[in-house]
Amino acid sequence: MHSFAYRANALLTFSLTVLALMCAMASVSDNFNSPSPTSQVQVLNINWFQKKPDGDDEVSLTLNVSANLQSLFTWNTKQVFVFLAAEYETPKNALNQVSLWDGIIPSKEYAVFGIHTNSKYRFIDQGSNLRGKDFNLTLHWHVMPKTGKMSADKIVMTGFKLPDVYR
Amino acid sequence: MDWQGQKLSEQLMQIMLVAFGIIGFITGYALGSFQTMLYVYAAGVVITSLITIPDWPFFNRHPLNWLDASEVEKHPKPQNTNATSKKKASKK
Repeated sequence: MHSFAYRANALLTFSLTVLALMCAMASVSDNFNSPSPTSQVQVLNINWFQKKPDGDDEVSLTLNVSANLQSLFTWNTKQVFVFLAAEYETPKNALNQVSLWDGIIPSKEYAVFGIHTNSKYRFIDQGSNLRGKDFNLTLHWHVMPKTGKMSADKIVMTGFKLPDVYR
Repeated sequence: MDWQGQKLSEQLMQIMLVAFGIIGFITGYALGSFQTMLYVYAAGVVITSLITIPDWPFFNRHPLNWLDASEVEKHPKPQNTNATSKKKASKK
């Protein structure tokens, strides 16, 4: 308190401490939000289903993904990262997760969507296990805050099956 | 600034910053806008700095009474004699 510079420095550092506390409180306030998202996926077409020269199976799908993720957004949400994964079991791996499509939702207005798309990333198995395979399509999302803790959750949609023979 | 003024300035700074922090948080939360919270708080920081950093007159209401120059001459400073150079025996 002895000079201008001393007081200016004290004010600056204390103001940043208070700002950090405000951001922590903002992050805690996210816990009071109870979201209720919904989603639906349809496999419109199996475009092709082949065994690659190196022995791994590959399948190409056309999907219709629709979801309503508006309740995930709070005042402290910067964006929501969402991706669709095909999940199935093989003798070699208890759980295989292959990401087929992802997207970024920048704000609440874009959180209701329906996408008609080819699989954005390749659906390749480690091995040749996909014929007649039952799999789940799971919509995962990560809620990225402006400040504080990130949270993630998912919706599992079951009942999809790949054909028994290659096409 | 005198000593009382320095204490007042520090207290004012801390209280005002915390108050603007709380006001900003409540405003931003109620309006659902993170940006509003930051703007209100930034305005608060600027107002606080304008009030507490410069040397305003109201910080100088308990000025120190320095000894008058004419009094100083009546009481000359003690000379540094040989007796005081042996510091081992004497304690300050």
